[in-house]
Amino acid sequence: MEDTDKAAFDFRPGDHGQARLILKGRLDRDTTASIWRDSTQVVRQARIPRLVVQAGEVVYCDGAGVALLAEYKHIQREHGGQIEIQGLRPQFEQLMAVLEIDHLVAPPKPAGTITSFIRHAGFVLNLGQWTAGFVRSMGTETSFTGEVFAKLLKALTHPRGLRWKETLIIAEKAGANAVAITGLLGFLIGTILAFQTVAAMRQFGAEVFVADLVVIVLFRELGPLITAVLLTSRTGSAFAAELGTMKVNEEIDALTTMGLDPVQFLVLPRIIAVIGVIPLLTMFNMLMGLVGCGLVMVSWDIPGAIFMDRIRYAATLTDLFGGLAKTFVFGALVAGIGCLRGLQTGVGPTAVGDSTTRAVVSGLIAIIVADGVFAVVYYFLGI
Amino acid sequence: MRLQINHQKLKGQMADEPIIEVKDLVAGYEDTVILQDINFEVRRGEVFAVLGGSGSGKTTLLKNMIGLQKPLRGVILIDGTDVVAAEGEERLRVLKKIGVAYQSGALFGSMSVLTNVALPLEEFTDLPRRAIDMIAQMKLKAVGLQGAAYKMPSELSGGMRKRAAIARALAMDPKILFLDEPSAGLDPITSAQLDELILQLSRDLQITFVIVTHELPSILTVADRVIMVDKDARTVIATGTPQELRDQSANPVVRRFFNRQLGRDVRIDNG
Repeated sequence: MEDTDKAAFDFRPGDHGQARLILKGRLDRDTTASIWRDSTQVVRQARIPRLVVQAGEVVYCDGAGVALLAEYKHIQREHGGQIEIQGLRPQFEQLMAVLEIDHLVAPPKPAGTITSFIRHAGFVLNLGQWTAGFVRSMGTETSFTGEVFAKLLKALTHPRGLRWKETLIIAEKAGANAVAITGLLGFLIGTILAFQTVAAMRQFGAEVFVADLVVIVLFRELGPLITAVLLTSRTGSAFAAELGTMKVNEEIDALTTMGLDPVQFLVLPRIIAVIGVIPLLTMFNMLMGLVGCGLVMVSWDIPGAIFMDRIRYAATLTDLFGGLAKTFVFGALVAGIGCLRGLQTGVGPTAVGDSTTRAVVSGLIAIIVADGVFAVVYYFLGI
Repeated sequence: MRLQINHQKLKGQMADEPIIEVKDLVAGYEDTVILQDINFEVRRGEVFAVLGGSGSGKTTLLKNMIGLQKPLRGVILIDGTDVVAAEGEERLRVLKKIGVAYQSGALFGSMSVLTNVALPLEEFTDLPRRAIDMIAQMKLKAVGLQGAAYKMPSELSGGMRKRAAIARALAMDPKILFLDEPSAGLDPITSAQLDELILQLSRDLQITFVIVTHELPSILTVADRVIMVDKDARTVIATGTPQELRDQSANPVVRRFFNRQLGRDVRIDNG
C-alpha cells in the first residue's frame, strides 16, 4: 500500500449510472483542504445515481477526512443518488461512526414575520429603541441620583458611617496622582491660548490684555472644564471598571447579601473623594495655565510685572469662585456616572469595557450640559 | 453500520509506546522550586491522571507539559519532540498535537460555541468554510453538544461549558488531550457524564488523555494509570493504577488522601 503525506482523488465515471471515486493518502486537517473543493465539485456536477468511494488507499483519516466523506454523502443525498464507501480501514469507519453528522445545524433565524417587518422599519425602530432606552436610562439615573443624594446627606450628618480611610485612598488616586497631568494640561492650555492671541492683539497694541483674556477664560470656563474632562477619562472610567469588575465577579452581590449597601459602601466614598479633590486640581490647573501664559508673554517682551498687574486687575474672586463652584457639580457627575455605569455592568467579557466606554461618554455629555446650564444661570445672576 | 472494534487489543498494542516523557523535571518560579525529580511517561492511548492536593504543583506540572511555563530544569518530550527547546514552526507542530481544556472552560465569551470550536481550524487550516462548520459540528456532536452550536458561552451550564471546551480542544484532532480539573464545580451526575465522555473519546478516537485533578471518583472511573504529587515532598510519591494506589500503597500521604476522599467508598468496596 502506498503511504503518502498528501491526499489525492481520481474520479472515474462508469457504465449504468455508476462512478468510482478513488481516494488515496492522508485525509487530515492539512491535506484534505487540497482536494475538498475539486472533489466535491466533480461529484456535485456529475450527479451520479450511484457513487462508489474506494477508500482502501487512505492511510490516515481524522475529523477533516470524515467531514469530506460526509460531504460526499450529503451531495449524493441532495439529488437522490446512492453512495457506498468501500475499503475504509476499521478504525476510520469507527471514527466516522462517532463523528458523522446527518446534517449541519443551521444558525437560528433572527427574525419572524413581524420582527422582519420591524427590522425593515430601520430608522423608526432605532428611534423608538433609542427613546425607550433614553427614558429608561433617565429613570434609572434619577433614581440613582436621589438615592446618592439622600445617602450623602445622611453620611454628612453621620460621618462615622462613612469609610474615611477608603475615601482618602481614592482621593489620593484621583487627586494627588493626577496633579502632574492636570498641571501639564493647564500649562499647555495657557501657553497655547496666549500664543494664539498675542500675535493678533499686538496688531492693535493690545497684547498686554492677553493676560486678561487668559485669566478670565481659565477661571470661568477652561480650568474647571479641562479638569473635569480629565477626571472623566481618568477617574470616571476607572470607577466604572472597578465596580464593573466587582459586579462581574459577584462581589457586589456578596456585599448585598452581607447586608452592606453598595451605594453607601462603594459609591459615596468615591463621590466624596472626587468632590474633595476636584477644586484643588482645578486651582492647580488654573495656576499652571497662568504660568504658561506668563512665559509666552515674557517671550513676547512684555514685562513680567505688567503681566502680574493685569492678572491682579482682571481676576476677580467672583470669576474664581464661580469657576470653582462648578467643579463640585462636575465632580459629583464624574464620580456618580462612573459608579452608576460600573453598577450597571452586564455579563460577558465585553461588559466591563462597555461600562467604561459608557461612563466616559455620558460623563463628558453631562459635564458639557452642566456647563451650559451654569453659563445660563450665571448670566441671569449677573456673575 | 456501526463497527465493533476490539478496543482493549488496540489499546494494548498502543500502550507500550510512550507519547509523553518527562525526565528529571524541576518546575517552579524563579527561585521557588515547586516540583523536583519528576520522572514519568505517558503511554500512547492511555488515560493518565496527575493526582494531588491543593498547592501540590499539579497545575504547574500541566503548564510545563503544555509549554505555558518553562521548567527550571529537565526535559519534556511530546511525541519525541522536546517541548521546552522547540521554537517557531517546530513548537507549533508540537502544539498542534495537543489540545487543552482548561478548568474554567476558557471559552471566548464573545463568540458562539460553534465559532469557539471552529476558531483553531480557521486559523491553522485552509479548509473551506463548510468543511470547518462540519468538523466543528462533528466535534460538538462527539461531546453531545450539537444542539448548542449557536449558543453563547454565557448561556451554557457548567457541565456544558466543560464539554464545549473539550470540543474546542478536539477541533484539531490532537493526539493528546490535557484536561485541567475537568470535574471541578460539577455535580456528581454531570461529573459522571463527563467521565463517560472521556472514556468514550478515549475508546473511539484513541486519544491519549492527561487529566490533572484531585477528584478521586473520576480517577477511579477513567484513569488507566496515576501519579500522585505531594506538596511537602515536592515530587511524585506514588505511581500505578488508581486501584493499586487505593488498595496497596504504603505511603501514609496516599492512604490519607484516598481514605479522606473516598472514606465511604473504601468501606463499601471492602465490604
